[in-house]
Amino acid sequence: MSNKVVQAMYNDDDILMDAVKEVRAAKYHIEEVYTPFPVHGLDKAMGLKGTRIAITAFMYGCVGLVFSVWMMNYMMIEDWPQDIGGKPSFAFVQNMPAFVPIMFEMSVFFAAHLMVITFYMRSRLWPFKEAENPDPRTTDDMFVMEVVVDGNEAELIAFLEKTGTVEIKVTEKH
Amino acid sequence: MSSHYEAPIRRPLIVGDKNYHDISVDVAAPVEGKANKLWWTAFSIALVAFLWGLGCIIYTIGTGIGVWGLNKTVGWAWDITNFVWWVGIGHAGTLISAVLLLFRQKWRMGINRSAEAMTIFSVVQAGLFPIIHMGRVWNAHFVLPLPNQFGTLWTNFNSPLLWDVFAISTYLSVSLVFWWTGLLPDFAMLRDRAIRPFQKKIYGLLSFGWTGRAKDWQRFEEVSLVLAGLATPLVLSVHTIVSFDFATSVIPGWHTTIFPPYFVAGAVFSGFAMVNTLLIIMRKVSNLEAYITKQHIELMNIVIMITGSIVGCAYITELFIAWYSGVEYEQYAFLNRATGPYWWAYLLMMSCNVFSPQFMWFKRLRTSITFSFIISIVVNIGMWFERFVIIVTSLHRDYLPSSWTMFSPTFVDIGIFIGTIGFFFVLFLLYARTFPVIAQAEVKSILKSSGEKYKKLRDGNHE
Repeated sequence: MSNKVVQAMYNDDDILMDAVKEVRAAKYHIEEVYTPFPVHGLDKAMGLKGTRIAITAFMYGCVGLVFSVWMMNYMMIEDWPQDIGGKPSFAFVQNMPAFVPIMFEMSVFFAAHLMVITFYMRSRLWPFKEAENPDPRTTDDMFVMEVVVDGNEAELIAFLEKTGTVEIKVTEKH
Repeated sequence: MSSHYEAPIRRPLIVGDKNYHDISVDVAAPVEGKANKLWWTAFSIALVAFLWGLGCIIYTIGTGIGVWGLNKTVGWAWDITNFVWWVGIGHAGTLISAVLLLFRQKWRMGINRSAEAMTIFSVVQAGLFPIIHMGRVWNAHFVLPLPNQFGTLWTNFNSPLLWDVFAISTYLSVSLVFWWTGLLPDFAMLRDRAIRPFQKKIYGLLSFGWTGRAKDWQRFEEVSLVLAGLATPLVLSVHTIVSFDFATSVIPGWHTTIFPPYFVAGAVFSGFAMVNTLLIIMRKVSNLEAYITKQHIELMNIVIMITGSIVGCAYITELFIAWYSGVEYEQYAFLNRATGPYWWAYLLMMSCNVFSPQFMWFKRLRTSITFSFIISIVVNIGMWFERFVIIVTSLHRDYLPSSWTMFSPTFVDIGIFIGTIGFFFVLFLLYARTFPVIAQAEVKSILKSSGEKYKKLRDGNHE
């Protein structure tokens, strides 16, 4: 199967949104859209599924909470119980109020960092990663829609030209 | 354009005839241009102050904290004052970027990047003080629950000082990650504009290969929202826990339940004042007046006025509760604060923090750039004295009158404080020349709804 794509460039987000809807209605397959800023509603117009990253954050937060409970119980109650200032550490339930701040901090710490790491991994972002945007202007003021060519190149280009594009390019995608 | 509707009553957040490309050019200009004389002068002064402070830190560590003005009665003074002052300043950034995001306040977008930078740089300064105060800084890792040569003698999780370690390190690291994630698209913009290969390489490295795919933006927005949701209770918890350092003790003047909300309000108060100080200069020097508008300054002044009034209420409540408690130690502590040997510090605190922000009720004054700048400095002087008053006046009158004494700082105390101000400005000035100081991707997303040009176009259509 060929990896040929048509890259149609737009200079306005409203024109892009209309174009995305038209292309979808005409049953062409949109491979990717590159935008310089978050265009609201674009993911829905493209038919992208919602992201589940917030759910992972909740789960990471639970892990952080459990970890902090385990850690403080082990260190303060089981491993080396002490009587500090007349406030002995001999039972978790009795000491729990003093552990609340760190239970909260650890939940936030785990949720925030692990969620961001998940985001970076899933979106393939890390130092030394080469940027893959098709045109440097897509981080400035240009919007690029990539549509897959399925043996219908001429017809597709003719269709895209009517959607308000300012530039069209056909390339091989790796 | 219908999708970008915004009520005509809202004033534009981006003034002038700007399009998307203009925003990129304006944000990249300070990075791509050359530093002027003013920048080099400010940077040199800051660097000298930083080096002076570094010298004082080395002297302290080499000799011991006996070189400070502390004595056996006043064991916490200048350093902890500075610590709380810097942490407080570090509250505005996350408040602007997280709380205002949850409330969907679009005006945050012009200022959140610099406010967050300020947050991170000031928390770094704050963190220095407890570490230096340890005396033996090479044992600083003892605050972490690490296995050690005693087998398993762990840190004390009942101690508010340890809660502070966790709160501040969580706050610093989460703020950093929040800031950096927001920076990725803006670094990518600088990378794609860069002409020189070295700059391209550096910004390519910093941008983590950001490309702006639709899916990435979807995740980006979700991550920002969840981080804002996490950072909001976090920012409130940090100064709450800092206030626990005092509130859980049995020192008259410290042992009060009003401390957590009172400290948080004070932190927001001083943080917004510092944001105003920095941005009033930055918008002028970096030609960003179209994005950091008078309206932004005015809104921040309103926050300063409200939080200043909350702090004022707290001061008065403290006095009332001291009298109402019937505890004579408590009553003396507050009477002594206001009328004892440190009356001048109390008066300075009251006039800077309670009286001066009330000028912001007048629209003429809160929209005046010069006046806002002066008040922002006054507020931070006042907030420094607030911490000084709380810490020193509560300690200098011991339970034993034979131990009563005064505190006066040595040149080392003052030198370290000046050093942290220098360090802060070194970091901020470097930031202003190398980072995208406005969250340009976010600003572009509100250009059509809140840009002056588009608002005029749209309002014209209706009439």
